[in-house]
Amino acid sequence: MIKKIFSLIIIAGLLTVFIPIILNFSFQTDLPDVAKSYVEKGSKDLGAMNIVTAIIVTFRGLDTLGEVAVLFIAATGIAVLFRKNAINDKRPKQISKRDSSEILLTGIRLLAPVILIFGIYIFLNGHLSPGGGFQGGAVIATVVLLLFLSDSSYKINHKIFGFIESFSGVSYVIIGFLGLVLMGADNFLDNRILPLGEFGTILSAGAIPIIYTLVGLKVGTELASVLDNMKGDIE
Amino acid sequence: MTDVFIIVLGLVMIVFAILALYLKDLVASVIAAGVLSLFASILYLIMQAPDVAMTEAAIGAGLLTMIFLLAIKKTKQIEDPND
Repeated sequence: MIKKIFSLIIIAGLLTVFIPIILNFSFQTDLPDVAKSYVEKGSKDLGAMNIVTAIIVTFRGLDTLGEVAVLFIAATGIAVLFRKNAINDKRPKQISKRDSSEILLTGIRLLAPVILIFGIYIFLNGHLSPGGGFQGGAVIATVVLLLFLSDSSYKINHKIFGFIESFSGVSYVIIGFLGLVLMGADNFLDNRILPLGEFGTILSAGAIPIIYTLVGLKVGTELASVLDNMKGDIE
Repeated sequence: MTDVFIIVLGLVMIVFAILALYLKDLVASVIAAGVLSLFASILYLIMQAPDVAMTEAAIGAGLLTMIFLLAIKKTKQIEDPND
């Protein structure tokens, strides 16, 4: 009884908070000041055709670095948890492998290279078209997922994956510090360390394509190793 | 026309969200959540956010569904005394 009254009081409180907000809601027609300056300066100063990328990689570059770090920590945590289990697991493994169906195998053989190229396209063209490092990396990870589906004994090469992951992570931070060295004190992760190039071509927008390629490789390999660790050596 | 489509998509998403909550079979529930993500990505695309749509389709509908399925496969209803 008391519980019910308590929850009713909470619901009433939420209603009094949210009803005025809903009643006074109106769609914003013009951009707030920060967004306006981003939109105006983004393509002109940074040479990126895709304004979202310009914001994510340069204006909010430190946030992106933080996101990459969070993803790295998450992947490391999963690796630690699941690896430990795999080493301690002395029980005999039941092997009940059943080959994937012919339709799945053929479909994945056809699709996997195409999806891989699509993922690479997404992060290479991050500064020109929608998408970027995170999206491309996720698409690449789905290719690894498809390979796992088609062949249950498929193994990824941990040495190469680990190398790509750490190499791209370190290079990302180095590019960030290059901005400090070459451009002055408040230019961490500045993309103008490289020439901006011709607006709208693939080799433009300074360091943005390089940064997004590194982010794409890092996210792709990280998500792929998360999948691999979670899959383990199961039946 | 677009508004109608958006509302229909939203309703379908609500249906799949309720399904994901109330389905007794865990695998079916995870699949319902994946379908919800797929419709969400279509909705993002209609609402002019292709970046978010790509992320939602690849992570929400693809990887997350698979990770949930793997987690379900690795867990059991009853605690294993050997662990």
